Amino acid sequence: MSLWLLAWRRFLRDRVGVAALAVVAAFVALAAASAAGWVARDWSGEVGVSYAPPRFLAAKINEQEDKSAAAAPSGARDDYGIPDPLAAELAEIHARLSGAAAAESRETTLVFGADKWGRDVVKKAIKGGETSLAVGVAAATLAALIGTLAGAAAGYYGGWLDDFFNWLYSVFTSIPYLLLVLAIAAVLGHKGIATVILILGLTGWTGIFRLIRAEYLKHRVREYVLAADAVGASDARRMFAHILPNVSHVVLVQLSLHVVLFIKSEVILSFLGFGVGVDTVSWGSMLAEAPSELILGVWWQIAAATLAMALAVTAFSLFTDSLRDALDPRLG
Amino acid sequence: MTSSFLVRRLWQFVPTLAGVVLLVFLLFNWVGGDPAYLLAGKIPNPERIAEIRRGLGVDQPYWVQLGIFAQQIATGDFGSSWSTNERVSQIFATRLGPSLTVLVPLLFISTVLSMGAAMLVAYWRGSLTDRAIMIGCTVAQSVSILVYILVFQYWLAYRLGWFPVQGWGGGLGENLLGYAALPVLVGVVVSLAPDIRLYRSFFLDEIGQDYVRTARAKGLAEGRVMWLHVMRNAAIPIATNVLMQLPGLLAGAFLIERFFSIPGIGREVIIAVERSDFPVIKAVTVYVAIATMVITLAADLLYRALDPRVQLK
Repeated sequence: MSLWLLAWRRFLRDRVGVAALAVVAAFVALAAASAAGWVARDWSGEVGVSYAPPRFLAAKINEQEDKSAAAAPSGARDDYGIPDPLAAELAEIHARLSGAAAAESRETTLVFGADKWGRDVVKKAIKGGETSLAVGVAAATLAALIGTLAGAAAGYYGGWLDDFFNWLYSVFTSIPYLLLVLAIAAVLGHKGIATVILILGLTGWTGIFRLIRAEYLKHRVREYVLAADAVGASDARRMFAHILPNVSHVVLVQLSLHVVLFIKSEVILSFLGFGVGVDTVSWGSMLAEAPSELILGVWWQIAAATLAMALAVTAFSLFTDSLRDALDPRLG
Repeated sequence: MTSSFLVRRLWQFVPTLAGVVLLVFLLFNWVGGDPAYLLAGKIPNPERIAEIRRGLGVDQPYWVQLGIFAQQIATGDFGSSWSTNERVSQIFATRLGPSLTVLVPLLFISTVLSMGAAMLVAYWRGSLTDRAIMIGCTVAQSVSILVYILVFQYWLAYRLGWFPVQGWGGGLGENLLGYAALPVLVGVVVSLAPDIRLYRSFFLDEIGQDYVRTARAKGLAEGRVMWLHVMRNAAIPIATNVLMQLPGLLAGAFLIERFFSIPGIGREVIIAVERSDFPVIKAVTVYVAIATMVITLAADLLYRALDPRVQLK
């Protein structure tokens, strides 16, 4: 255990890494709180008017609207002298509609604005963060599990098992990653978080496999493993009780790297409509609404999703770099 | 020696290609379910389904279907698209040009720029500039490519009107200078950060070598050491890296092609996935896998040609 303690001490000396870890921890805590229902539970509530602007912009926009309203020609349109036969009914309907809206008391501004349906963008970003982080972590865990087991078996036993997994590796790596992901998405057809996790996990194990296999090849002939063999430890015990703790730092760093990779992949999949379903929000599905919003000049949703994602992914990447430096000091 | 290496490597293609074929076959013929229900439309009647099944050969046992698929690959005839009825080979022939029109300038510009930047950063390693640029790269990489495309398209094309928002023309010059300019710019900006990080490590490897110390000891100017000695050696892994990126980019540029309406291979993949157009996806997957294997081999040969110390085994 003192090895991990040493690594932890090395890690604490890295100020960038500690700061990154704090940000990552904050994101994980927020996602956990959102999963538990403490925050952003009512993210789908239509609390504001459609495309309600952020609060810090509202004053400026109201001013502009007042000006444009003053500039607009007042009075009714000239309908070529023909009176509108439905004028009275229309006026009544308008009055009733605006009255109903007032009764619902929708906010005209929100902290960081609202989307098309008047949902709070901040809450969507938090809920979306929960989805994106959950997908990233779960898919990375699945990929690490497959990669570690396959790599351990191939590296430790060698022989036909090694040949088989190497063949599988060359097959999977000869198809570009995103193409493979899309092909599987096309075949599976149905959407959902579980599908995305499965797709990303089943395609993303190759990098971890190669590294773990190389580590096992190196370790299986070391003295401590031969000693374990001499005292009668079983294959499984040697693989997982003796060698695995000595290569676990590789798994940990790869896990962290793949969380970042899978968060980015999930965003692209959800954006294209092959990711999470319509009843779930993720950073990708938030970005998917951006093209039609930008044309209307509504930029706050893409800004919120981009900011949240950039902060989380940057922190995770910097944390991974520091983690690797701390766990493998030889790299310097 | 090279010829025996070539033969052995080509021979190794066989099991890998067989694996790719098996994987694609399993995905589409087994996991994907019966395509006849997809094709027969909303109100299928049994005769129509049976007819489609006969036409596609899916009423045959699995091993016969696998044979049909192998034959399609060998002859390069994947039949017709299910949605447009266009020949799959025709789709490939017409979509490759636009893809390359964007990819070739993109690869060239981004490689030159990131090589220059990486060399400077590696030269100043450990300095504040180096750390700032590296953290900047990490931040730039953490923003999704989608955001780059959306913001560039909205700001530079829609708001400022510097570029056409999207589209594709007839002539090469028109496309290269007009329609491809913004897609290339987006692609360069996106690939700069990861490339600088990777190439910086290549330069750092070289700067630590003995020949650099020798060159400095004999009084060569720093500029000459860096531009001539270090650059030439660092260019070897960079060249192979650029080559290896090619097949992934061909299919991977689909987001750029989709947003800017470029009729390339990537956009075709997206459309095929959206329409469950299995023949097109199957053909793209198999061909790109073959291209990847060939290019990997070419990269090894290039490495050997550039660096005589490398032994081909």
